[in-house]
Amino acid sequence: MLYIATGAASAVAVGAVAWPFIAQMNPDASTLALASTELDIGAIAEGQIVTIKWRGKPVFVRHRTAKEIKEAQDVDVAKLPDPQPDSARVKKPEWLVVVGVCTHLGCIPLGHQGQFDGWFCPCHGSDYDTSGRIRQGPAPRNLEVPEYAFLSDTKIKIG
Amino acid sequence: MSGPSTYVPKSAIGRWFESRLPLMGFMHSSFVAYPTPKNLNYWWTFGAILSFMLVAQIVTGVVLAMHYTPHTSMAFNSVEHIMRDVNWGWMIRYLHANGASMFFLAVYIHIARGMYYGSYKAPREILWILGVVIFLLMMATGFMGYVLPWGQMSFWGATVITNLFTAIPLVGDAITTWLWGGYSVDNPTLNRFFSLHYLLPFMIAAVVGLHVWALHVVGQNNPAGVDIKDIEKDSVPFTPHATLKDATGIAVFIMLYAWFVFFIPNFLGDADNYIMANPLQTPPHIVPEWYFLPFYAILRAIPSKLGGVIFMFGAIVMLVILPWLDTSRVRSAVYRPVYKILFWVFIACVIGLGYLGSQPPEGGAVLAARILTAYYFIHFLVILPLLGLFETPRPVPASIADSVLKGDTTELGKA
Repeated sequence: MLYIATGAASAVAVGAVAWPFIAQMNPDASTLALASTELDIGAIAEGQIVTIKWRGKPVFVRHRTAKEIKEAQDVDVAKLPDPQPDSARVKKPEWLVVVGVCTHLGCIPLGHQGQFDGWFCPCHGSDYDTSGRIRQGPAPRNLEVPEYAFLSDTKIKIG
Repeated sequence: MSGPSTYVPKSAIGRWFESRLPLMGFMHSSFVAYPTPKNLNYWWTFGAILSFMLVAQIVTGVVLAMHYTPHTSMAFNSVEHIMRDVNWGWMIRYLHANGASMFFLAVYIHIARGMYYGSYKAPREILWILGVVIFLLMMATGFMGYVLPWGQMSFWGATVITNLFTAIPLVGDAITTWLWGGYSVDNPTLNRFFSLHYLLPFMIAAVVGLHVWALHVVGQNNPAGVDIKDIEKDSVPFTPHATLKDATGIAVFIMLYAWFVFFIPNFLGDADNYIMANPLQTPPHIVPEWYFLPFYAILRAIPSKLGGVIFMFGAIVMLVILPWLDTSRVRSAVYRPVYKILFWVFIACVIGLGYLGSQPPEGGAVLAARILTAYYFIHFLVILPLLGLFETPRPVPASIADSVLKGDTTELGKA
């Protein structure tokens, strides 16, 4: 009985001591504090993609042309690898905001390239459309849409 | 194998010490009196060459750590500082960077030797698996070391490799964030990689200790693949025979190493790594160091993220379970006419994968990588189990002495 009690208490103690040594590797307070960023989008011309840094990662803010919006909306959603209508990925059709990190292995895709006019990842050949959705290649998911809000017509806050 | 030591210290102090800690007797029985098969060829010197490389990497690495700064804003410049300002810094860094390549070159030859001569077969399974553990630790160490200069390839290599963990279902993203210490590869990542890069070589040294221990329990394999039966006829003492042969092998290997360090120090590197890391720009073509290329080719050959990661790690798992996949009772390829050919086909397959891993993933290269990836796994999972059942081996010599002394017409007899 005493052995079992000692053993059980020791197991709890080992776990309690191990946890801080594991948790210290998670993002620290200073990293968490940099969680949001603001951007003036008034100066972004139609057709232009602006890249800003958010949480150490690039975020693409794309002022889409009418043709690009139409391309994004005319897709048969059911046939996509990660089915999502364009309307679920934008707040205003002219503005697409996505995290610029390929969902395959984290490279930064190149804008206005590839077969679908969206982005093309040079590392392993993933091809994204003008809604940032994966169309071809090894990436499993669409480019992530970060949490963001329009503070005014010309200003957005990401995070 | 190394039975009770017959070592008797000559001096009174030696006897006093030996009766309290029998260290000299242990060294004597392990590295002097230890019986080594008399037919070992130069492929058996790679164990000693690898030991030398481990020491060389630790010595140069400890010195480099005195001048290097593991911070994203200073790491790149501190490496340039080592190259330009630190006395002999350029040489020590080139020794360390090329030393990693030489270490991997030697370990691949060592592994291939084990595969050719069946060194993984009973009773050497644990010895072999400990070797695979060392290989895995070497890969982790090499990968983290390559991140430290904080060039473009350092950063993007680290990004691609750590992102492999996001392929794990459910907990993948949480694990990756934990590895990074943030939301991308950044300063916390660099800092911990430096800490671990310093730690792992000592863990390698510990596992090498186990590897040598296991080797000395079961004894060395040899080109004939038959065990020592008569210590007098089949073996020679480790010193001077193996010691001097190993020293010769190391000396020749050092010439190759020095040629790289002093004449083509950047041949195996990537020019992009002399550009400081930029988290907002991916280089057009990311390639790992040459020693990871075959595995990188397997990763890219599978058209699914999780699948690619599983097959890449599966390629190493094949090595772990190799002792149980090869059903042939004959160890050495010398007496296995079909396996001898298929061994070289396998080596060609791995080199082919390495070449394809260095090419952009386009067109024919993708198809070729898929075919070779399939062959890699077929070799282990289909060919080796079946070959042992269908192949007719040539007669195996009764003993090591027979294989080298009598009218043996095999390549061993001629040698």
